[in-house]
Amino acid sequence: MKKRVVVTGIGLVSPLGDDPEVAWKRLIEGESGISEIEDPELQGFRSRIAGQCKGFSPSQYVERKDEKKLERFAQFSYVSGIRAVEQSGIDFSKEDPFRCAVIVGCGAGGLAEIERQDAKLSAGGPSRVSPLTIPKIIINSASSLLAVRFGIHGVSYGVATACASANNAMIEAYKLIRDGDADVALTGGTEAAVCKLGLAGFSAMRALSARNETPEKASRPFDAYRDGFVLGEGAGMIVLEELEHAKKRGAAILGEFAGYGVTTDAYHITQPDPEGVYAGAAMQAALRTAQLAPERLDYINAHGTATHLGDAAEVAAIKRLFGDAAKSVSISSTKSAIGHLLGGSGGVEIIFSLMAIRDGVIPPTLNLEYPVEGFDLDFTPLVAKERKVDWAMSNSFGFGGHNACVIVARFVD
Amino acid sequence: MERKDIEEKVIKIIAEQLGRDVETISGDSDIANDLGADSLDAAELIMAFEEEFDTSIEDDKSQNFTRVSDVVDQLYQQLNA
Repeated sequence: MKKRVVVTGIGLVSPLGDDPEVAWKRLIEGESGISEIEDPELQGFRSRIAGQCKGFSPSQYVERKDEKKLERFAQFSYVSGIRAVEQSGIDFSKEDPFRCAVIVGCGAGGLAEIERQDAKLSAGGPSRVSPLTIPKIIINSASSLLAVRFGIHGVSYGVATACASANNAMIEAYKLIRDGDADVALTGGTEAAVCKLGLAGFSAMRALSARNETPEKASRPFDAYRDGFVLGEGAGMIVLEELEHAKKRGAAILGEFAGYGVTTDAYHITQPDPEGVYAGAAMQAALRTAQLAPERLDYINAHGTATHLGDAAEVAAIKRLFGDAAKSVSISSTKSAIGHLLGGSGGVEIIFSLMAIRDGVIPPTLNLEYPVEGFDLDFTPLVAKERKVDWAMSNSFGFGGHNACVIVARFVD
Repeated sequence: MERKDIEEKVIKIIAEQLGRDVETISGDSDIANDLGADSLDAAELIMAFEEEFDTSIEDDKSQNFTRVSDVVDQLYQQLNA
């Protein structure tokens, strides 16, 4: 018998702030978290704009001596993970530790630390490389640090499927609980790739927007003048919990994790399948596991990174799958406001989807000023829209052809 | 270099690396038990000492470090050899 799985806590660190309520308010008011990169070390790249978590500090939860042991991506997931746990009210010391899990997605891990240590290696030889190098760069450190913090002794690992990492992580956590192998899971995704290698690497791919003069206008999902994504950073973490377990402790239920779909393009190392065939198949699987007819879906938080090929493939997939219902579902890309958080994106976007359900508001797709012929869907351009939302789908499609879609629903007992 | 200058620099490095105030560290401080350094901290500290004093501390020497004064003694010996 499959268990029902609910969300009982959320936490995020984002370019619009590290309090979910603040970030959500700014998002629906149409604010942008994207600005010029001011760091003197990060100059001279083709793309000079990003969605950065300026002013972020983990010091509320991390002792000064330990701060340098956590690479930035792990600091993001640590802080947002702790806040999600605090909100859920769960006390891990009272749980069976083997029935608690932590699974965190991240695309690239400690890119900036790799740069720093490689510079030391080149300049001073092997003896100058920090003993913290490996523990800091490994993607699974995000999970392991939270396991240490809360004494979680069940399943823990990292998931790396590029931009789909967070969704894949949450789906795996969901399945553990659904199948009765865990009661509680702390899960989501994180990324901190606004660094030299990140900017240089993505710039070289011509994946990034170079609209440097107007940073807040640069991320233009589904717009005719989109020219690539804006690099973002941050994390979104949630507490997933078995329904009866949550009820027993009187937890506030923020929504139900209702369905998921995972597929692979098997097409190209970076380019998506041009018709979005497999992205569409992932959405279809998500609807099927949620036992939801397409026309009942209210909102799609699109992958919508604002690359030429990616947006076109996603639109094609939605139109094909939803048919006549495609025009009635509200769609938006919140990457228009915060940029592309890569492995962190799905974590933040599921939180925005849950808030859309709670408040009955669809966040806008900023900068969608020039519609593309054939992109004839309701992308919620420029301004937020009131709409009752019972079912929301969040899409993530990663470089490498990893497609992972999740559906969250208003909780109905 | 004078022993007290070495000690001052060593304490300053430890304070920075371990996020402590200089006043909480003395020659008598036990690096692991009093100052809370784990094995990774210890390895980082050795590297920082080597960098600061432009010298190399052999593993068989560094493995015997317990107190801050052990580090200072070793560096004093090496730098004045």
